[in-house]
Amino acid sequence: MQFMLLFSRQGKLRLQKWYVPLSDKEKKKITRELVQTVLARKPKMCSFLEWRDLKIVYKRYASLYFCCAIEDQDNELITLEIIHRYVELLDKYFGSVCELDIIFNFEKAYFILDEFLLGGEVQETSKKNVLKAIEQADLLQEKTEAMYHSKSFIGSKKAY
Amino acid sequence: MPAVSKGDGMRGLAVFISDIRNCKSKEAEIKRINKELANIRSKFKGDKALDGYSKKKYVCKLLFIFLLGHDIDFGHMEAVNLLSSNKYTEKQIGYLFISVLVNSNSELIRLINNAIKNDLASRNPTFMCLALHCIANVGSREMGEAFAADIPRILVAGDSMDSVKQSAALCLLRLYKASPDLVPMGEWTARVVHLLNDQHMGVVTAAVSLITCLCKKNPDDFKTCISLAVSRLSRIVSSASTDLQDYTYYFVPAPWLSVKLLRLLQCYPPPEDAAVKGRLVECLETVLNKAQEPPKSKKVQHSNAKNAILFETISLIIHYDSEPNLLVRACNQLGQFLQHRETNLRYLALESMCTLASSEFSHEAVKTHIDTVINALKTERDVSVRQRAADLLYAMCDRSNAKQIVSEMLRYLETADYAIREEIVLKVAILAEKYAVDYSWYVDTILNLIRIAGDYVSEEVWYRVLQIVTNRDDVQGYAAKTVFEALQAPACHENMVKVGGYILGEFGNLIAGDPRSSPPVQFSLLHSKFHLCSVATRALLLSTYIKFINLFPETKATIQGVLRAGSQLRNADVELQQRAVEYLTLSSVASTDVLATVLEEMPPFPERESSILAKLKRKKGPGAGSALDDGRRDPSSHDINGGVEPTPSTVSTPSPSADLLGLRAAPPPAAPPAPLGAGNLLVDVFSDGPAAQPSLGPTPEEAFLSELEPPAPESPMALLADPAPAADPGPEDIGPPIPEADELLNKFVCRNNGVLFENQLLQIGVKSEFRQNLGRMYLFYGNKTSVQFQNFSPTVVHPGDLQTQLAVQTKRVASQVDGGAQVQQVLNIECLRDFLTPPLLSVRFRYGGAPQSLTLKLPVTINKFFQPTEMAAQDFFQRWKQLSLPQQEAQKIFKANHPMDAEVTKAKLLGFGSALLDNVDPNPENFVGAGIIQTKALQVGCLLRLEPNAQAQMYRLTLRTSKEPVSRHLCELLAQQF
Repeated sequence: MQFMLLFSRQGKLRLQKWYVPLSDKEKKKITRELVQTVLARKPKMCSFLEWRDLKIVYKRYASLYFCCAIEDQDNELITLEIIHRYVELLDKYFGSVCELDIIFNFEKAYFILDEFLLGGEVQETSKKNVLKAIEQADLLQEKTEAMYHSKSFIGSKKAY
Repeated sequence: MPAVSKGDGMRGLAVFISDIRNCKSKEAEIKRINKELANIRSKFKGDKALDGYSKKKYVCKLLFIFLLGHDIDFGHMEAVNLLSSNKYTEKQIGYLFISVLVNSNSELIRLINNAIKNDLASRNPTFMCLALHCIANVGSREMGEAFAADIPRILVAGDSMDSVKQSAALCLLRLYKASPDLVPMGEWTARVVHLLNDQHMGVVTAAVSLITCLCKKNPDDFKTCISLAVSRLSRIVSSASTDLQDYTYYFVPAPWLSVKLLRLLQCYPPPEDAAVKGRLVECLETVLNKAQEPPKSKKVQHSNAKNAILFETISLIIHYDSEPNLLVRACNQLGQFLQHRETNLRYLALESMCTLASSEFSHEAVKTHIDTVINALKTERDVSVRQRAADLLYAMCDRSNAKQIVSEMLRYLETADYAIREEIVLKVAILAEKYAVDYSWYVDTILNLIRIAGDYVSEEVWYRVLQIVTNRDDVQGYAAKTVFEALQAPACHENMVKVGGYILGEFGNLIAGDPRSSPPVQFSLLHSKFHLCSVATRALLLSTYIKFINLFPETKATIQGVLRAGSQLRNADVELQQRAVEYLTLSSVASTDVLATVLEEMPPFPERESSILAKLKRKKGPGAGSALDDGRRDPSSHDINGGVEPTPSTVSTPSPSADLLGLRAAPPPAAPPAPLGAGNLLVDVFSDGPAAQPSLGPTPEEAFLSELEPPAPESPMALLADPAPAADPGPEDIGPPIPEADELLNKFVCRNNGVLFENQLLQIGVKSEFRQNLGRMYLFYGNKTSVQFQNFSPTVVHPGDLQTQLAVQTKRVASQVDGGAQVQQVLNIECLRDFLTPPLLSVRFRYGGAPQSLTLKLPVTINKFFQPTEMAAQDFFQRWKQLSLPQQEAQKIFKANHPMDAEVTKAKLLGFGSALLDNVDPNPENFVGAGIIQTKALQVGCLLRLEPNAQAQMYRLTLRTSKEPVSRHLCELLAQQF
């Protein structure tokens, strides 16, 4: 996979992950072009399209589009399920994830993605293992957090 | 406020994000951001040391601002500071910032690398993973240099945690992709392969990606992975849907790992080991079988995961291309998907079938789905799916279904999306050419293309139809009739006018017998379009008109009227003006014969690869065309433009990679003569090059033409010139002979064999023999380098009047001369009448991309056609006296340039061609010779006398012939030899 973009129906970029070295200018250009292309497509259209020499695999979840660019030999269907598994991970972590969770906790979205995909390849497909890694980090965090804030958001929502 | 904030609550960050979201305008947002940036800057610069939490919060805000699309030029140092925090969350945010905002600031990289080094050495798996993620995310060369040697060690260390191994594997993959030279191969590679056996599925999943990449680069070193991958795959495929617990995804066991293993196997040919192969085939069959089982879940995730494995399995089957049974099963499976309600599956099935179509085992099976695919082309609502259908139709096309497919594609073209029209046009043009059995169908198809989608018919396409029509005389009449009819449409595309203009100019005579398409009708039809056309088309039409004057003398007056009109003669466009002026003059001054020669029908075009195919390849990117052009599907196919008659019975086994249209790139056995003749005369007549005067005779009118500017690049010939480097450069730009040309020529006056020319690149040898007025010459071109000469083209040019005096027929030679190789060219020479200047030999080629050209004088001089005549002294003197007119004699007194040796002189005179007569001259030191110069038109008797004066080191040479110029010329030639 060369990159993954998350953007809203209004075309606002919510998360970008690049697995190939590109200049900021090039990244912005690609993003603009793809957001436009994907948003222009109708709901029942197929989830794959050819774009430059890459294949674009995208899927819409509620207000958010998940869009991956893969290489010629990569498998489209399994990429579709990479997207789905990532959504599941976010959902499990945030509990009924919505776009706002990703906006306000963008760093978490990045951390979860890094546990799941690394260098553009699937690293760990087990939901349990990915979330365990994030959970451990949160536990470490909690300890330090308590020192600064008596009140925390932790537990404000049931998870797992 | 946030719907949820888990883990840490960086309230300041949440408040900031809310503020941004509440901004009503872009300006307000920028204002808020600038306020925040100022705040963060002052905090970072402030005297008070920031605690870790604050630093983390501000760095996070900067990150957020950056991700909104704003530039961030500070905060890097604070982020680097966070890396060395021993609080996990601070470290984590520091790494995230670095990963997203890499900066090549070398000072910073050193600090970052230092922090990473510490974390890698920490033995804390969470920290190690963070560090590895950062390397994998940045993947820069600097990081490669710092860590490429350490990571393999971490990867295979016995005590590394599974999660660390996973990150290490993919981190190494990223570094290897970025800079393979930095990753040392070694003992670790063998152990990496064995990670395929690891108990932890996550480790295997990560490791397979790395192994696949390594295999691609060094297949031989990693061969052992084949059997390991097969057994792993076999275990997964045969496991029950719940065996793998968390690695089962919607009842599909380990879909990601399965797909990756199948990808890995595609790096290799089928396993050699029979047991391994058997096990693998079993796996593939199991996957195909499972596809027929009822789904275990109605969820799309279940079917996607299952089908992802299925498609990857089919890819492997196609890659092997050796199991007919599996290929046909794969094809049937895809056939089911063609009508699936899921658009995604239809799309993928069409795509996958495209590759199946190029396998000889499954091509026929693919063809059975033609109706479904045609239906998809008509009814799919998504353009990308229709595009796939068009691709598949192109791939499954062969002689049996070409007409159907081409007509369906033409129909589709009428409503096709603009984005893909040009591609469809190219495909139709290629298929029509490739599978044409009768050429009228081909012509109809291309004209239809122009009619339906004229704007998308590129030059390559309409050039091609003209080339083919020019080369196939059995279609010319039909083509003329068809374009004539097409042009009658009230509105027709300009490309149609171009094609029509060209074809009628060449072959309009073939339909002139029909009163409905009589010459005046043809002309007025074309001319009715003239004013609506672009300059290029009008230029082409002017050439058509001058051709009409030759074909149909009855149109001459009308056409001259058109050419004479002020709108032509004073056209603002220089090309149009020039053509009008030149054609008008040509038509009024040249005799019918000259016109007929100059405006003769175009000679056949040299065969070469279809430029259309090249264009399609360019459009689709490298490799895209390969499956489509695969030759093996249709061994009997011939190409329409190959100059070869259909040979359907030929059974040949072209290599799988042979490119059907490319076959004709090889020089055809009976190559048509180079377009050196009539076609180029049209160019020659207007060029003012010194060597290219055609045989029209130096009339004053011609001088007038020569004073005009040289023709613009777009000469009539250029209309059909291939955009690729032309194989046959016209002679119009032959340079003057090299300075040594005369000297080289002199060496051959008295001999027929030897080396004519030599430099560092090229050697040209000559062998020749002459009898009567005929001669045959062999030229040997030797490539002295180790590099191939390209576009090698030696041509013989007759300057001035020579064409009427000497006929030289040349055979074409291969346009490539390999390094160290020699090619031979045969010249047949006929002396028509006496001549004074030798023909020119122009040799052009490309050496290492640089064009080389060389003009020499061909060693053919009038004395070559000497027939020696023996005669008695008495006869000699009698004839000598008969040739006593002053102009019949030429005499030269000159200094000896070589030692005066009687034997050498004798040999030279014999080599010159005359007989040597003994006992004629009273002075035995003198030489006397006699002979007859044989030409087709006349014979010229020659007598010569050479008187050496050894004391003065001088010669006196006297020539007497029946023709004055011959005497002088022979005298000059011979005088140079002593």
